[in-house]
Amino acid sequence: MNAPLIVDGVTTSIRLDGQRHDVVRDISFQVAARETLALVGESGCGKSMTALSIMGLLPAGIASVSAGKIIVDGIDMVAADETVRESVRGNRIGMIFQEPMTSLNPVLPIGFQVGEALMQHQGLSRSAARAKALDLLEHVRIPSAARRLDDYPHQFSGGMRQRVMIALALACGPKVLIADEPTTALDVTIQRQVLALLADLQAREGLAVLLITHNLGVVASVADRVMVMYGGDVVESADVKDFFARPTHPYSVALLAAMPRIDATEGPQPIPGQVPSLDAMPSGCRFQSRCHLRQDVCSTLPPLKPVAGNPGHQVRCWMRGDT
Amino acid sequence: MSLAASSGPPSRRHSRLTRLTRSMGLVIGLAVVVLMIVAALVAPWIAPFDPDDQDVLLILSAPDATHWFGTDAFGRDVLSRVLWGARVSLYVGFVATALGIVIGSAIGIVAGFYGGLIDRAVSASTDILLSFPQLIMGLLLVAVLGASLTNLIIAIAITAVPAFIRMARSSALAMRERDFIDACRVLGYSDLRIMAVHILPNSLDELVVMASLWMASAIRTESTLAFIGLSVPPPTATWGGIVREGFDNLLDAPWLALFPSLAILIVMIGLNMVGDGLRDATDPRAAT
Repeated sequence: MNAPLIVDGVTTSIRLDGQRHDVVRDISFQVAARETLALVGESGCGKSMTALSIMGLLPAGIASVSAGKIIVDGIDMVAADETVRESVRGNRIGMIFQEPMTSLNPVLPIGFQVGEALMQHQGLSRSAARAKALDLLEHVRIPSAARRLDDYPHQFSGGMRQRVMIALALACGPKVLIADEPTTALDVTIQRQVLALLADLQAREGLAVLLITHNLGVVASVADRVMVMYGGDVVESADVKDFFARPTHPYSVALLAAMPRIDATEGPQPIPGQVPSLDAMPSGCRFQSRCHLRQDVCSTLPPLKPVAGNPGHQVRCWMRGDT
Repeated sequence: MSLAASSGPPSRRHSRLTRLTRSMGLVIGLAVVVLMIVAALVAPWIAPFDPDDQDVLLILSAPDATHWFGTDAFGRDVLSRVLWGARVSLYVGFVATALGIVIGSAIGIVAGFYGGLIDRAVSASTDILLSFPQLIMGLLLVAVLGASLTNLIIAIAITAVPAFIRMARSSALAMRERDFIDACRVLGYSDLRIMAVHILPNSLDELVVMASLWMASAIRTESTLAFIGLSVPPPTATWGGIVREGFDNLLDAPWLALFPSLAILIVMIGLNMVGDGLRDATDPRAAT
């Protein structure tokens, strides 16, 4: 059986002042059922562009997938027309966002908002959708859900709203869930509850989860595999254990060093500089402008190659990995 | 004693008081408007005389116990005519505004939601239409279309459309960038569904406030057009028409123009109070 989410050689480009810039370069991965793949990187590294490419929601006329294939639950999202994509979104693939406070319509009761997805994709009647919405809200453990169906978003706390968003994303029983910084806006204690809920639902429904985050703590606790992105390139890809045991790419090492740790003797080390702007991207390895290992060879793009005989752990660096 | 504690309660009481007077305005305005609408609806039963019945023996008689508002130059009962006139004036005002809000918000939301060329075309035409004073526009349209009830409604609705387009467009424009609209796209909702189910209800409070104010203005336009003879042709009673007839006898029989003018005034004040009250009630800044 094929993986629910297959991304194969995808390049996403945007047009700025008549010039083409690749914001995601030749990225390939698969997420199997019940698996969580974490996409990690700082702002502007192409994580969200990857998610938008998968959803088929790149801003029209500005950005587009210029190469590669994206298969969601058997449907090619790049080749499909808009009607097909609409039938996939919310139905075969769900997405939750960073901001639960603003992601619900303030003037519609939440029971209706959850039921609306069912009316749209499964053609349920209003009353059937309402009954199913109640099920879903109980599923995501909203206390006394029956009484809260007719409540409005402002009557819910941030954590509760994120639960509603999860119920909404999973309403039609999708095979794939994209979680874009799902816990960033929440308190730490609520973060834990939401992550536990997600893991629970994933196990029950057999979801393939693509987790987009810059929080390595979240990655360590819920992900199966990690993909680190920098400037639109995948620079390292590994099982979560291998990644934390042997981070290999200089950027991964720097990312981990930049994280405050309770067992560290020294404080966190920031990565000097910032991601270059699109028109200033160096050719070859895009991290070279901030890398302490830089050599002349780095002006040619290194391939993604396995580390020390472990084919599951790949790195894109001339200085690291098998040569 | 802290400053906050000493200044807290009085200001809170003050704001509660102002909010109360505001909602009082809404209640009074609503009561006036509803009373007028009811009076118009039951006019055939409560009007003491047939509005078109002429009594040649009682021409221009002053208000008395039989004819509370007096009679006009044809001996017709002014009270009955004002009641029947309310039917035309309120009907025109209501239907024209309803047409304006439906057409205007549909066009406005589409323009604001899609932006680009559609938006530029719509905005430019709106600006052109808005540059005509409402009355001139209505006058022009009735003159072209001919004076009949339907044409009158169409003409007044057309004068209302650009204002509703503008309001709905700006509302949709702001809404388009909100996260919950992105969430709708992620859920695979069609553009039509997003506009109808998610953007429209968010713009509705603004549109309703404006509709109540526009209804007053539509009634005023109708009355003005009737006054210069461009409304429903006589003998059908309309408020503006009765004022016109009264104008000819202003010195001999001032009541003739007075009572329909009062009716127009009261409805307009009532609708404005409703509009202001609704605006304050839906304005989140007013609640603090």
